Amino acid sequence: MNADRYDVLVIGAGPAGMAAACTAAEAGSRVVVVDAAGSPGGQFWRNADAGPRLHHRHGAYRRLRARATTAGVRLAAEHTVQTVRADADGFTLACAVGAEPRTAQELTTLRGHRLIIAIGAYDRQMPFPGWDLPGVLAAGGVQALLKAHGVRAGARVVVAGTGPLLLPVADALIRSGARVPAILDANSPTGFARHPAALAGSIGKLGEAAGYAARLALARTPYPRRQAVVAALGDERIEAVRVARLDRAGMPVDGPLRTIDCDALAVGWGFTPQLELPLQLGCATAVGSDGSLVVRVDADQRTSVPDVWAAGEATGIGGSDLSLVEGEIAGRSAAAAVVPPSLPARRARLRRFADAVHAVHPVPEFLLARLPSSTLVCRCEEVDAAEIREAVRDWGATDAKTVKRLARPGMGWCQGRVCGYATAHLTARLCGREVTEADLRAFAERPFAVPLPLRAFTADDESE
Amino acid sequence: MNPTFTFTFDGQTIQFQDGWTVAAALTAAGIRSWRTTRKEARPRGIFCGIGVCYDCLITVNDQPSLRACLLPAHAGDVIVTQHGTGHDER
Repeated sequence: MNADRYDVLVIGAGPAGMAAACTAAEAGSRVVVVDAAGSPGGQFWRNADAGPRLHHRHGAYRRLRARATTAGVRLAAEHTVQTVRADADGFTLACAVGAEPRTAQELTTLRGHRLIIAIGAYDRQMPFPGWDLPGVLAAGGVQALLKAHGVRAGARVVVAGTGPLLLPVADALIRSGARVPAILDANSPTGFARHPAALAGSIGKLGEAAGYAARLALARTPYPRRQAVVAALGDERIEAVRVARLDRAGMPVDGPLRTIDCDALAVGWGFTPQLELPLQLGCATAVGSDGSLVVRVDADQRTSVPDVWAAGEATGIGGSDLSLVEGEIAGRSAAAAVVPPSLPARRARLRRFADAVHAVHPVPEFLLARLPSSTLVCRCEEVDAAEIREAVRDWGATDAKTVKRLARPGMGWCQGRVCGYATAHLTARLCGREVTEADLRAFAERPFAVPLPLRAFTADDESE
Repeated sequence: MNPTFTFTFDGQTIQFQDGWTVAAALTAAGIRSWRTTRKEARPRGIFCGIGVCYDCLITVNDQPSLRACLLPAHAGDVIVTQHGTGHDER
């Protein structure tokens, strides 16, 4: 392929991106979908080409795969989009190629007239004592090791945090031969009773959780609610977790703490969208219903930037079903095809359910309210909570961007992907106000997606 | 049983299966850390598992700061614990 343009560029080959690419191609557009991974599916269907084991709705994946082939969608695998820029006729993606693109010798360019961003999300993390110990992993990372390689993160793995991911991770661990001494959700699903309207039409989604719970019951896995890991214990690696019971406000209940021995901890507090590419283009954002930064879209999934659509988790965490619908809508709209009214109706129903899930699974209060001074917040630059408090209380920072400049959280290798949510919310709390879009954007704006060696930029620009 | 290959990590022979990443091989071998931090020299290993956090940086065949969770393992790789930036005199 030389320098001619695709009609539609799709960034991300997860459920939203695949649905968008297939739909646009079926409407007659020339489509390429780029993804950092070696095969499509995103995090949800990671390595799903290997078979249905550990996967949900594998049939839906196979159907998308077949549609993509039939419709002539080109998949550019192992393409990490480094920068995206608007040009006279559309958009140019500069991609680093390879499984670990930090080994890339040069950047490859892809051009298109219209752009659909379906870049997805990653585990939302919160600081707590010991979270930097080896053996503490993101719940999604534990799942990725299992799905891609069949490798267990440990032999005895506590699964903790909050949200719908905990059950499938625990289930996959148990089915792969690990022991799961406990699944600890900081919240309780009884909260769904307060959201009856959101459950109407989506009750099957709760049934999924019940299905997991039934399997877990067979494995006799303790699954207490309103309990949380307050510390990971160990010297050079995790050896145990300390567990507290929480009240309805998300604060630890007075009483003795329980200790559970383990050699790994899978932890996550929901997900947060990965937004550096829409921010590079200047797409308008908002604070989503779960407190994370999201891309604003209209009824057709259009962003504020002409000819740029967004679909899936980038527009607010909502799970794979919502991502599929948003992808279908974005694909049709980008191909100038008619969007049947059934799709927006389905999207609205799934979004209501997602909002209820967020309301029932908040990040518990104690994590920031009781964050010890010596606990690292930024793992890369090794900035602890005391230094962030100092930036606000002693140096007068009133927003997260200033905290970042003064204390350097979010200035390291990951460019704030891991600590951004926590630092933005901690700053707002210290300033005695709600978190703002600007606080969150301070950690989501990145001039490039991956820190690459200089040689990748000095090589001749090569189009494919 | 799938065929296995080997690389060395700090001189120790590590087995892996075709298609595994460096982090998957080390994790399967029970190894939890392969980097020390620049400031406090604290041990780190795999955390996010999907290329986001850069905690799993490692030195492979003299090239430092590669993400072990993304990098495919190759037979005969010489892999060592990365101290700090991986460029320090030691």
